[in-house]
Amino acid sequence: MNNPLIEIKDLHVQFRVFEGILKVLDGVNLTLKFGEKVGLVGETSCGKSTIGKAITRLLYIPPAIITRGEILFEGKDILRMSQVEFRQIRKKISIIFQDPTAALNPFFTIGTQVQDVIRFAERSGKNTGKEDIRAHAIQALKEVLIPDPERALKSYPIQLSGGMRQRVCIAMALVRMNKLVIADEPVTSLDVTIQDQILRLLKELVEKYNTSIILISHNLAIVRELTNRVYIMYAGSIVEVAKTKDFFAHPLHPYSQGLLSVIPKLTGGGIGEGIYGSVPKYINPPKGCRFHPRCKQVMPICKEKKAPLFKVSEDHEVACFLFKNGV
Amino acid sequence: MLNNNILTVDQLKKYFIVNQGVLKAVDGVTFSVKNGEIFSIVGESGSGKSTVAYMIIGTYKPTTGKIIYREKYDISQGISKRPHKLKKEIQIVFQAPGTSLNPARNIKQILEVPIKIHNFSKTQSELNERVLELLEMVELSADYMYKYPSMLGGGEKQRVAIARALSVNPSFVLLDEPTSSLDVSVQAKIINMLIQFKKIFNLTYIFITHDLSLVRNIASRVAIMYLGKICEIAPVSEFFNNPLHPYTQILLSSIPVISHEEEALKPKRIMSMGEIPSPINLPPGCSFYSRCPKRMDICGIKDPEMLEIERGHVVRCNLYSK
Repeated sequence: MNNPLIEIKDLHVQFRVFEGILKVLDGVNLTLKFGEKVGLVGETSCGKSTIGKAITRLLYIPPAIITRGEILFEGKDILRMSQVEFRQIRKKISIIFQDPTAALNPFFTIGTQVQDVIRFAERSGKNTGKEDIRAHAIQALKEVLIPDPERALKSYPIQLSGGMRQRVCIAMALVRMNKLVIADEPVTSLDVTIQDQILRLLKELVEKYNTSIILISHNLAIVRELTNRVYIMYAGSIVEVAKTKDFFAHPLHPYSQGLLSVIPKLTGGGIGEGIYGSVPKYINPPKGCRFHPRCKQVMPICKEKKAPLFKVSEDHEVACFLFKNGV
Repeated sequence: MLNNNILTVDQLKKYFIVNQGVLKAVDGVTFSVKNGEIFSIVGESGSGKSTVAYMIIGTYKPTTGKIIYREKYDISQGISKRPHKLKKEIQIVFQAPGTSLNPARNIKQILEVPIKIHNFSKTQSELNERVLELLEMVELSADYMYKYPSMLGGGEKQRVAIARALSVNPSFVLLDEPTSSLDVSVQAKIINMLIQFKKIFNLTYIFITHDLSLVRNIASRVAIMYLGKICEIAPVSEFFNNPLHPYTQILLSSIPVISHEEEALKPKRIMSMGEIPSPINLPPGCSFYSRCPKRMDICGIKDPEMLEIERGHVVRCNLYSK
């Protein structure tokens, strides 16, 4: 069981657009062990959703081009698999999207959609009867604390509130007791009090089923509450990997430090001045480290070479030449 | 004039007639904003905070209630009855810069409109100069003049929206979630810019947001809204040290934070339950009754009134009524 559940090696993804080629993912490495909760954090358009979509093969090819790299799921490469083979793997992976309104089909009832998911999974043969599937669906909705699940099964997505819709999506993601859940900004569109409820629910259920989770979010605070390990992304590459606790105690990469300093804190004391400059355009990204035009501690080597991940301690790696020889 | 109220809102109500009945978007809101402060209105979606802003700017005419500007002008009759010179005094920056800028006009044309309407520049060259000056003020280079909104990023669009609001030298600006669609690093820049402008141009802000951590860092007073009513108004430091209303406590304990020091500041973990009910045909009694962890029998019957617990700290809850 010590083998990683998912292992992404040197993934390069590009998009062909009118202006040229967007070089988005630039050598991403990521590993996820069984039952591990991992956060993937970065600002808008840093490529975090692209990773999620690459794992589930939801990237449209073209315009996307996967130029290099592999994604190993239990040792098998997802990217070089046939459609039929992949369908068996896909049953073990589920994804929760940011916007539950767009994720649910407005023309079918919640019942139809939840039951379809169960039918697709065809678990163990005993839940194949119509009544069994229905009972299973009700059970799933109960688990996500939807009041009156019988009525919810008959209603259309439009009849439910945003929080309820996201609960349905979580129920659909967890009903199959999958090995991996990819949660792509699951609570961004919701209010804080609802956010709190949904996160608590997600945490409980993930622990109950021993599911691994990749939480993709731009909100560091949410990641801190839910995950064990965190990957920080900037402009298509991973800049820092650490245990969540270590990361918040000692962020090392200049970008991570900048990011943490601009988050408004409850303790007051004003807001940091922000990170100088703006995110690079993917059409012509800067040579070397993609953060170097904005970095205060830039060195000549940063402009030439991209820093690999340097190990500074057992579980803490950072892609910055400042830490070439450890801390 | 320094300590006077720049804006007084008294028992403001806005009802919408919909198919299912009456939607009480704003239901009796009373507050006042002092000259030169940042007054923050916080609430979940659907709590009516934007509707309040739209009534102050004049988009909606209030159902009942008064809005008094600078203690002498009654501006509660909607934009059509508002004197022209008052229109430029109060400006607004909207939440989504993508939809509040006309996609078919370039930045220069967008910025020219308010300047022309309020007769700030007589000649074309003056107009050009003013537009350049505005762009420089929000740290955009001159070549942005002929760009279109779709060519800009979210932060840049919001800068244009801010420049447009400030182009007519207002003294009162409504900021309706100006940074909620932006990344934190961009948010920091926009907020710092707004604070700087406040000092330079001597502005007063109403800052509408759902982010309490942001409020802690910039606002001087805060009002919490729930279902069209205000639950609590307090100075910021007092508010975060001693939140009184049960809803406020839930709201504070739900905020995800990034350090232990912040964790310690939050009230003890209160589990939030349920969701904001539909504002159509509300039952009598306190609007928070259905979700309140400390509800009493009286709350289902009697809608509590605003009570001043300490100087400047007002709360609307039956727990504190004598």
